[in-house]
Amino acid sequence: MILESKAPGGDIQTAWQRHKFDIKIVNPANKRKYTVIVVGTGLAGAAAAATLGELGYNVLNFCFQDSARRAHSIAAQGGINAAKNYQGDGDSVYRLFYDTVKGGDFRAREENVYRLAEVSGNIIDQAVAQGVPFAREYGGLLSNRSFGGSLVSRTFYAQGQTGQQLLIGAYQALSRQVKDGKVKLFARTEMLDLVIEDGHARGIITRNLVTGKIERHVADAVVLGTGGYGNAFFLSTNAMGSNVTAAWRAAKRGALFANPCFTQIHPTCIPVSGGYQSKLTLMSESLRNDGRVWAPKNPADAWDMAKGKLGKDPRQIPEADRDYFLERRYPTFGNLVPRDVASRAAKKACDDGQGVAYEGRGVYLDFAESIGRLGQKAVAERYGNLFEMYERITGDNPFETPMRIYPAVHYTMGGLWVDYNLQSNVPGLFVIGEANFSDHGANRLGASALMQGLSDGYFVLPYTIGHYLAQVGPRPKSTDWGSFKQVEGEVNEKTKKLLSIKGKRSVDSFHRELGLLMWEHCGMARNEQGLTTLLQEIPRIREEFWKDVSVPGSEGEVNQVLERAGRVADFLEFTEMMVLDARERRESCGGHFREEFQTEEGEAKRDDENFQYVAAWEFKGVGVAPELHKEPLNFRYVKPSQRSYK
Amino acid sequence: MNLTLHVWRQNGPSDKGRFETYQANGISEHMSFLEMLDFVNEKLESEGKAPIVFEHDCREGICGSCGFMIDGKAHGGQHRTTVCQLHMRSFKDGDVLTLEPWRAAAFPVLRDLMVDRSAFDRIVQAGGYVSVRSGSPQDANAILVGKEEVDRAFDAAACIGCGACVASCPNASAMLFTGAKISHLGLLPQGQPERYRRVQAMTQTMDEAGFGYCSNHGECSAFCPKDISLDVIAMTNRDLMAAQVKGRSEG
Repeated sequence: MILESKAPGGDIQTAWQRHKFDIKIVNPANKRKYTVIVVGTGLAGAAAAATLGELGYNVLNFCFQDSARRAHSIAAQGGINAAKNYQGDGDSVYRLFYDTVKGGDFRAREENVYRLAEVSGNIIDQAVAQGVPFAREYGGLLSNRSFGGSLVSRTFYAQGQTGQQLLIGAYQALSRQVKDGKVKLFARTEMLDLVIEDGHARGIITRNLVTGKIERHVADAVVLGTGGYGNAFFLSTNAMGSNVTAAWRAAKRGALFANPCFTQIHPTCIPVSGGYQSKLTLMSESLRNDGRVWAPKNPADAWDMAKGKLGKDPRQIPEADRDYFLERRYPTFGNLVPRDVASRAAKKACDDGQGVAYEGRGVYLDFAESIGRLGQKAVAERYGNLFEMYERITGDNPFETPMRIYPAVHYTMGGLWVDYNLQSNVPGLFVIGEANFSDHGANRLGASALMQGLSDGYFVLPYTIGHYLAQVGPRPKSTDWGSFKQVEGEVNEKTKKLLSIKGKRSVDSFHRELGLLMWEHCGMARNEQGLTTLLQEIPRIREEFWKDVSVPGSEGEVNQVLERAGRVADFLEFTEMMVLDARERRESCGGHFREEFQTEEGEAKRDDENFQYVAAWEFKGVGVAPELHKEPLNFRYVKPSQRSYK
Repeated sequence: MNLTLHVWRQNGPSDKGRFETYQANGISEHMSFLEMLDFVNEKLESEGKAPIVFEHDCREGICGSCGFMIDGKAHGGQHRTTVCQLHMRSFKDGDVLTLEPWRAAAFPVLRDLMVDRSAFDRIVQAGGYVSVRSGSPQDANAILVGKEEVDRAFDAAACIGCGACVASCPNASAMLFTGAKISHLGLLPQGQPERYRRVQAMTQTMDEAGFGYCSNHGECSAFCPKDISLDVIAMTNRDLMAAQVKGRSEG
């Protein structure tokens, strides 16, 4: 299979404008003849559904939550990047493009990234017009902050809940289309499979999570905005319901899954506090603007809750005995190095015995210096709600004592393979936001996820999908096709099987077992041996799951265990592909750190000669090795170099 | 610590429902309240029994999915805290707790502690937005908004739509929720053109959904996990009156 990016050649700065002119447009009077299914109501899904509705298409929009407003984009805290150069500090579209390609460790497609940087400014205009209350200066202008991996101040924010405010903006736009009858919303409805008719994606099978009813939906195209797969690790900063099911079912129907091993570990999360833990809470990266990361130099001062070892009160540790390891190792970027770099540095400090939390897995994030410099009031203004959240969870007040933080799984850069039009290799199947692989390479910079979700949803997909629809023309639609009958049958069979096992182990116990192993061997650091172990363990857990899982209740009612069981069953298949990808990629890049491939200073060592490609995997059967297809990456503008933040 | 839980169990909207009692033994003070319920549920599941249904998703206090009454208090009553962020260190060994769903005619119980809050979506659909198309707005800094103004709008926009206000109100009124959206947009220049049309349409839809009238008890704001101020209700009432004076028809 040849993977064509369909990215326009020539001058990258005019590429998107030229492309928009070259692609086909659907006649306004014909748009109402088309129906588009959009799965997901996060930033990408809601923005796409609202915009497609405004353009005149009929939109069917689905989410598993009880309201479209609750999609997990809502939890993003820190901010959204845009190359507005409002601070006059030398920012430009080209600089944002450059930072993103470099930040992604040269594993993203240049043309996609340039387009993202190009439309970033429109997103801010759009959000402000919708009434998103971004932070402002006294003069009424928009305010900015800095984020990791960049030397300019280009991040727009709304206290510590930028995601909620942007999502509510998109949800409001969506609500307007619902009222106008252009979007039909299906809340509490989970997509369980993709229907392909005559080689084109034409519909989905869903389950109503209140009545349990299985339903068929037909359309002219299907758009997935279903988020990432971070919950493969069980413990992550994702919402409890975030899952890979929609993307994985599409993969099982022929869509290629790209770079599944590229996962992002976020450096500043609240450390694990015990074995019962259900999720991890992020503390915004923006905290690193004013907080200093350190660990005790002397392992005797370290603190381990699991072992009951108290160590020393951090406030009593003199300056000379503190190791500000980010400032020491990366003097230029200091505490603002990119996420992958900061995470690995924290892990190294803990591996060296300097850790300060449960099982010695934590480091300090200290605000004493900035409180002294700016005053408590100014610090509270910037981070007050985050400090409050930290105190609610841990019982400690960060104004008085340093926070304890540790890296946690946060985002997944991998996803379904898409071309420049955001179309997968299955015609008519489009993938947007975190669910696709396209823009972040091997590592995503902070404040770039919101940017990509909204860029895809508001400004890219609504144009590119028209190119496909105009080419195929309006077609007959029917849910009586044999393809619907067959896929629905398979969905029902799987549900029946889950309910009939009546085993002894809870769904969560399998999920936790899988997640801990994934974190251990396919988390912040990976090696051949650990990955090989996983390839033996995953099929074993999967087999046990299908023999001994307990799913009480029936299919025709609210059944949260059945919902979780279906998702965990998919993680138990999908993770094998993740691990294979991690094993196949014998280099370190971005969030993918192979211990065998590092520089003398312990930094990621890329192998551009052999691995400068997108790894797109084709599903061949459960327990059967998937087939690898490669899309070579060409860097015409930003020449690959060893990333340095020193 | 060991706890006794009296939990409302109801199989569906037409089931009468009843309390059932569960023991939660060996609970760590570091657990969140929902992790404590996970623990109880995991035991029920491994015995093949139906676990307690409750809603939750982000577990960071922002998605607004979670929420039920603990001893008659929405989210358990801790200041500015959703039930997912409530931790067991707030309880003590031997506590007996009663867990009930939000009770309101406009929020029918779907199962156990899970209710139908879709009326909130319908209220927003009635006009809780600024009518702007994707792709056509002017430069963001062309709209100047003073810091004080935007901060007030933000405070109203911080609502997470959880429904605690309705559950806490003796009249089951949705004025705090509706007023928060009306104030968020009404305080900003972008929201001005539709301001009076919006307030009429949203409050009318709220009334039709079966929420009660506001009689200024203030329980809604006292139990709001995001501390939405009663000012939003005052602003809604003022705008509603102004809308009538201006003689605009609802949109």
